[in-house]
Amino acid sequence: MSQTFLGMPATAPRGVGNLRGDEPFPAAAHKALADPQLRGNLRHATTTIRGKSGRVIAELPDWPELRSAGSALKAATMARLPELLEQLEERVTAAGGVVHWAADATEANRIVTDLVRATGQQRVIKVKSMATQEIGLNEALEAAGITPVETDLAELIVQLGADKPSHILVPAIHRNRSEIREIFLRAMPGVDPELTDDPPVLAAAARRYLRETFLTTPVAISGANFAVAETGTLAVVESEGNGRMCLTLPDTLITVMGIEKLVPTWPDLEVFLQLLPRASTGERMNPYTSMWTGVTPGDGPQNFHLVLLDNGRTAVLADETGRQALHCIRCSACLNVCPVYERTGGHAYGSVYPGPIGAVLSPLLTGVADNASLPYASSLCGACFDACPVKIDIPAILVHLRNQAPHPRTEAAAMAAAAYTMDHPRLYAAAQHAAKLSRFAGRRGWGLPPPLNGWSASRDLPEPPAETFRDWWAKR
Amino acid sequence: MRIALFATCLADTLFPQAAKATVHLLERLGHEVVFPAGQTCCGQMHVNTGYQKEALPLIRRYVRTFAPYDVVVAPSGSCVGSVRHQHAMVAGAAGDDGLAARATDIATRTYELSELLVDVLGIEDVGAYYPHRVTYHPTCHSLRVLRVGDKPLRLLRNVRGLRLIELPAADQCCGFGGTFAVKNAETSTAMLADKMRHVLDTGADVCTAGDASCLMHIGGGLSRLRTGVQTVHLAEILAST
Repeated sequence: MSQTFLGMPATAPRGVGNLRGDEPFPAAAHKALADPQLRGNLRHATTTIRGKSGRVIAELPDWPELRSAGSALKAATMARLPELLEQLEERVTAAGGVVHWAADATEANRIVTDLVRATGQQRVIKVKSMATQEIGLNEALEAAGITPVETDLAELIVQLGADKPSHILVPAIHRNRSEIREIFLRAMPGVDPELTDDPPVLAAAARRYLRETFLTTPVAISGANFAVAETGTLAVVESEGNGRMCLTLPDTLITVMGIEKLVPTWPDLEVFLQLLPRASTGERMNPYTSMWTGVTPGDGPQNFHLVLLDNGRTAVLADETGRQALHCIRCSACLNVCPVYERTGGHAYGSVYPGPIGAVLSPLLTGVADNASLPYASSLCGACFDACPVKIDIPAILVHLRNQAPHPRTEAAAMAAAAYTMDHPRLYAAAQHAAKLSRFAGRRGWGLPPPLNGWSASRDLPEPPAETFRDWWAKR
Repeated sequence: MRIALFATCLADTLFPQAAKATVHLLERLGHEVVFPAGQTCCGQMHVNTGYQKEALPLIRRYVRTFAPYDVVVAPSGSCVGSVRHQHAMVAGAAGDDGLAARATDIATRTYELSELLVDVLGIEDVGAYYPHRVTYHPTCHSLRVLRVGDKPLRLLRNVRGLRLIELPAADQCCGFGGTFAVKNAETSTAMLADKMRHVLDTGADVCTAGDASCLMHIGGGLSRLRTGVQTVHLAEILAST
């Protein structure tokens, strides 16, 4: 029997999609930190949602057990992902759906574009979806002359503003109402020119535009929060009802889903539908949970296509430490507790996946060389691990990825020298004295040389002590 | 009890007063403190910056140095966190299962100061006197890696003359994060600014914590702005009489 080695699974390809930023995290953060609007919005939003989420989580005495169950279910799913995906394909097909396999963003975009073209439609409505943002589907559709209309309010604001989402759950968290008014006036078809920045007025304008679009667009594109392998059921959870409209009104529904969104059985949803809203929006239950299994004659979309997306996920699965990042249910709890995210916002991460989960997921999907600054965009404070409803050990993955990241040559030399010194106590003691004598720069840390000048820009160094502890001990 | 002190490289070099205070405190409580020669650094900076290979000899050194002792204490939640949660992981990843097993064994006998006092020695009132207004910053690794909980606060509440003032948003990171403070200096500074604001809001004269590293960061900022607020290691307060 001959064998062919197919190589290691591929990472997400370059040149397509939104997993890579234009600049390293520190440079992007520099701009974000100086934006008072952004800082204020983020502080307010993350503080509010932390409080809300904390209160509803505290209501559940079995929250720790739920987290453990969610973690265990996801680990068990990943351990037999191939057979579960084939089971899902079989059940969806049996229920009248068509399943497509997309190895990467390019393939997924082509499949979806061809499916829309086949309907003869020039416009599609979209349910907010991280997977389609990840692959840059909107850009691909526009290039093919098809107009995608985002129907989630915040996602619509981002789209009309020719902007990028900055939060997994609240993609327009960086905008305030006067900016939203300007965006609507500039880009929303048929908008009232007398529009004010009163939130109910803004919401009403979006509702009027979206309702007309819902009623006149027969093709919808969605993501999926969950897929049940044993039944072939897809699930979308949301708050605004726009998803329910997209999933029920059109003739054709195309769902793009990452292959990790699977759960094995129907009862498994019981765990995740408790975890997700409490960790995510701080609600006991999300307002809309839509589930569908293939096609139901005379009820809802009569053509259903499911596009299963890899785009680097199999490569993540091959990483023993990193694979737990595939357990993520996109709740964004880690963003809301992250002291780095709270100050820099999502755009600084470059990828559509910001915050702590993005700092691990993006480099895992692209290969760490393409997102080398992200694993360092964390103080390793551990708040994300505590907040994660499926117990992803994000700090451990960050440390793991840092070990794989390309290192600056001078830093590598300094680290090797430091390790050598610290492994030779006499050298180490000599170095302690040398450090003391040089007193770093005389004036308590002003003007340290690069790269240490980052420290001295805002902090003094301690006065070097008269003697080290080991000198003191030796004299005792 | 015979207790081996792991001074940590940072306290040994820049904050010897924290290590000295640990010695004075434990001796005052009637214990014998030894300082095993050959100790240097736990290797956390290397591990957390992405240099596990370079950290390996330091982990080996830690294991070799402290293997003969039943109880090891360090005046640092972060360094003990590294010993407990990183040493075996790094050794295992390097394929050295023997080292990983020995590292796990020693990790179970390595304690952060407040853990040693409250859990091992069963003491919450160490007989200290410290007549100052103090606020306590629970460092991230004490809080979320070691889960020391309110042990440091229980110790502080029993210090005579000390007025403990609760720190707002105490569980938020100060922005140090080791080389994070250099690699992402501006974000780190933004985090520090909020931490300093909270410290100043308390009106305390002293900000204390169980880690010299975080205190170096907070203290560096408080000093730069000439706030007049001091940072003092928990061990120094507990050693004061």
